[in-house]
Amino acid sequence: MAEPRKSGEAVDATPNVTEVDVVDAGSESASVAAIEAPVERGEPILQVRNLVKHFPLTQGILFKRQVGAVKAVDGISFDLYQGETLGIVGESGCGKSTVAKLLMMLETATAGEVFFKGQDITKLSGRALKAVRRNIQMVFQDPYTSLNPRMTVGDIIGETFDIHPDSAPKGERRRKVQELLDVVGLNPEYINRYPHQFSGGQRQRIGIARGLALNPEIIICDEPVSALDVSVQAQVINLMEKLQDEFNLSYIFIAHDLSIVRHISDRVGVMYLGKMAEIGTDTQIYDHPTHPYTQALLSAVPVPDPDAREGRERIILSGDVPSPANPPSGCRFRTRCWKAQDRCATDVPLLAIPERFKGSDSQAAHESACHFAEEKDVVHAA
Amino acid sequence: MTITDITADAPSPHGANENGGTLLEVRDLHVEFHTRDGVAKAVNGVNYSVAAGETLAVLGESGSGKSVTAQAIMGILDMPPGRIPQGEILFRGQDMLKMGKEERRLIRGQKIAMIFQDALSSLNPVLSVGYQLGEMFRVHQGLSKKGAKAKSIELMERVRIPAAKERVNDYPHQFSGGMRQRIMIAMALALEPDLIIADEPTTALDVTVQAQVMDLLAELQREYNMGLILITHDLGVVADVADKIAVMYAGRIVETAPVRELYKRPSHPYTRGLLDSIPRLDQKGQELYAIKGLPPNLTRIPSGCAFNPRCPVAQDVCRTDTPVLHQVTEADGAALPGRGSACHFWKETIHG
Amino acid sequence: MPETLKDTETTKDGTAAVPGPTAATMAASTKPEKARSLWSDAWHDLRRNPLFVASAILITILVVMAAFPQLFTGADPRYADLANHYLQKPNWSHVFKEDWFGYDVQGRSIYARVIHGARNSILVALVVTALVTVIGTATGMIAGYFGGLIDTLLSRVTDIFFAVPFTLGAMVVLTSFEERSVWVVILALAFLGWTQIARVARGSVLTIKQADYVMAAKALGASTSRILLRHILPNAIAPVIVVATISLGGYIGSEATLSFLGIGLAEPAVSWGVDISSGQEQLRNAAFVLIIPSIMVSITVLAFIMLGDAVRNALDPKLR
Repeated sequence: MAEPRKSGEAVDATPNVTEVDVVDAGSESASVAAIEAPVERGEPILQVRNLVKHFPLTQGILFKRQVGAVKAVDGISFDLYQGETLGIVGESGCGKSTVAKLLMMLETATAGEVFFKGQDITKLSGRALKAVRRNIQMVFQDPYTSLNPRMTVGDIIGETFDIHPDSAPKGERRRKVQELLDVVGLNPEYINRYPHQFSGGQRQRIGIARGLALNPEIIICDEPVSALDVSVQAQVINLMEKLQDEFNLSYIFIAHDLSIVRHISDRVGVMYLGKMAEIGTDTQIYDHPTHPYTQALLSAVPVPDPDAREGRERIILSGDVPSPANPPSGCRFRTRCWKAQDRCATDVPLLAIPERFKGSDSQAAHESACHFAEEKDVVHAA
Repeated sequence: MTITDITADAPSPHGANENGGTLLEVRDLHVEFHTRDGVAKAVNGVNYSVAAGETLAVLGESGSGKSVTAQAIMGILDMPPGRIPQGEILFRGQDMLKMGKEERRLIRGQKIAMIFQDALSSLNPVLSVGYQLGEMFRVHQGLSKKGAKAKSIELMERVRIPAAKERVNDYPHQFSGGMRQRIMIAMALALEPDLIIADEPTTALDVTVQAQVMDLLAELQREYNMGLILITHDLGVVADVADKIAVMYAGRIVETAPVRELYKRPSHPYTRGLLDSIPRLDQKGQELYAIKGLPPNLTRIPSGCAFNPRCPVAQDVCRTDTPVLHQVTEADGAALPGRGSACHFWKETIHG
Repeated sequence: MPETLKDTETTKDGTAAVPGPTAATMAASTKPEKARSLWSDAWHDLRRNPLFVASAILITILVVMAAFPQLFTGADPRYADLANHYLQKPNWSHVFKEDWFGYDVQGRSIYARVIHGARNSILVALVVTALVTVIGTATGMIAGYFGGLIDTLLSRVTDIFFAVPFTLGAMVVLTSFEERSVWVVILALAFLGWTQIARVARGSVLTIKQADYVMAAKALGASTSRILLRHILPNAIAPVIVVATISLGGYIGSEATLSFLGIGLAEPAVSWGVDISSGQEQLRNAAFVLIIPSIMVSITVLAFIMLGDAVRNALDPKLR
């Protein structure tokens, strides 16, 4: 078991992240025991430390050599507390979906650790890994491609029990699937239907039922409603909130829609080009943002209220997001930032409570990776 | 802008050029698709009009018929399986559905241009951007290769693509999503059309880029005094740029209103439900209001008002009588210009 | 035109008409509907396709002919009576009789030979196609799913086999056997024929393995074999089936070609290819000896190609 890096040693870690309590796990069964142990509400259940994922860029047909790397995720640290929803927002290419895949162990991290109840899951295998998989589930973005079109709904949800046979006795499985369908608001009699017989919203409910089947503790939702119609989005969001209470779930909610993220999240992290720009409670991020990127992002959100719109300041960023294969030096946002100075090109800003807000009990005192962090309300009409 | 009292049995009494500036008028348009499951009625009697310099937003969910209407206007509907059993599409007073193929082709591109959601698949990947832009000038205006290229650069600068001169020979995949959408806009603008139809032009873009592109579109529209039909499902995008809004549901327009009015006082339960179901950015709300149920199957649209199975105020009459688009008035009977609601209970909806 | 597609999508959705958030309202208001998979949709299409119906009837007759030739003729295809030598022309009015198509050079009933010859042709086509589908799908699936070095190796091997001209390759293989039974012919054709299927399967798997539902299965901790057999195979198999059905006809042609060239089946085996081969000697005097088995080959190949076409139309995802 590797010793997790203490906050001080980390190049780019959040300094105020508490040291992770590593469970001393000599054996696999000890790991499993640790994974099955309950976590108190409000305690950290998932701790991410300096997570890095670089996708190598290769050249050549026969003899491939690496010519660079897409730095999709480049040193990210955050905690997820039991029972909360952590929203992660950012534009396409910021690495938020890669974070989801890393947490699901669908991709192997280049560096960094992910602690689930003190166990570094990036180093687990066998029985312990399977135990973690049961406890961290995922809801996918596209309800049209995330369900196997050749399987009936019963088979899709029931497959989880085939993979984890000890989770439900054989005779019980069909009944359990029907229960799950009922829980997500679908007719249990639909068990023999195929996915294409359902609409987008109903398919997403099936996806949620599959995610719930193993009674997980964490569900990672990667843009779970962005493919749905507006009138159906609210249904699915309400369902997810209801299930969180009912099953005591912790959510990581990844999305680009800032309004929905605010609605569902307790805390929000803003990502830009593989790094966390700012993280805090929803009030801290939406009402007291201190990172220029967060401010620009919030001010650009089209609000369905023309009157509120007019009183708001709009920051229109120039240019596009730079390529993650060749990110700017220093602060990654500096190429589009109106505040950028020489220092921003040389020093990487750390994600920390800005010096000027330290000790203050203002809502602006939350972690922000900017040398010139400054509070600015862009959401409310002046 | 007056609202035409829109019913299937009583076609619009207004002339085409009533305002002098009416560019396009759609009258009682019906579109259906013949599928193996029966006839899908995608558009069921749509009426709307756009004047020069005006932005009409057509708002609706998938399957509401908003894009099909646009495709019918552009004449790019797949027929079969599509069919237009009735209706008129008047461009400057002339019914395009009665025109010959060649006549329509000349209008398309030169007079009416379209911007699609997915810029990457709308541009030809094996031709340079400059060539594709220049093609418009070579084909339609007979410019030389050199002249066309100069025009392309000019257009690219117009839509504010940085380093246009250097990038004119680049291929579509070398541009970012936002830049590609700008190229699409440049292409649509090339022949200075009178009307642009933009079908979800920013849906595929990131929020910060979305704002840039919408601003650009609005600015160019003012500059050229074009009509703009903006098709979208995003209530936020509409609020920013539209003058008037037509909300579609199951192939019909259920509400029309000037943009501010719609958000302040919706007069159709569907519009109200949509507005209530969007979480707010500036405050943390309670549980979201959710419209129950699902959009209807277009082969089996409910009788009466298509929204009745999902409607919180539906009565028996809603299941039997199809509501016409009523002129919406103040509580004292004063007409609200430009406002219409296809709800039997519009009075209760707007005035509580 | 994404909207158009979405519209039809909604149309397909049988449940959309009377929805409701609670199970109770749903159960009450939705009439039961048969579950419809891609296969049942395809079957629905096929039954209405005259091309399919015609080819299916033809193929059924041919298969019955292959399995129970006695149903069609009581005559022995090997019984030679020189009294009925080849100059005895077909007797067109004697439908289904021994002398319907006349007699060949050794005085054997051509009708009986054509009927009994079906067995070898059909056997070769079906068994070769089955073998080729299994070998090709397995190779393509493994190469496509695992990628990397495995893919490079398997793809190069496929390319090498693909580079061998089919007939030439089969000739070389067959001439190395002394006794050429029908099984030897089958093995030779299968040995060279799997590459096309492997390529199709690999391409199909490459697309399918990107799908979210494969990701979802991995996230649940599904084993590789489960992912391959439950998720990838059923979704990747449609194009393979199309190619396999079309190639069925091709193998019948190949068997006839090889037998004609004298390196496939040989006397005393009864086969259309063998008969065409022996018929060519008397082409001037008795063309029917050659023409009748040739027509049988053509009809059979055509039937299988038509079937393949119909299956492709029914399964092609672009058309639905």
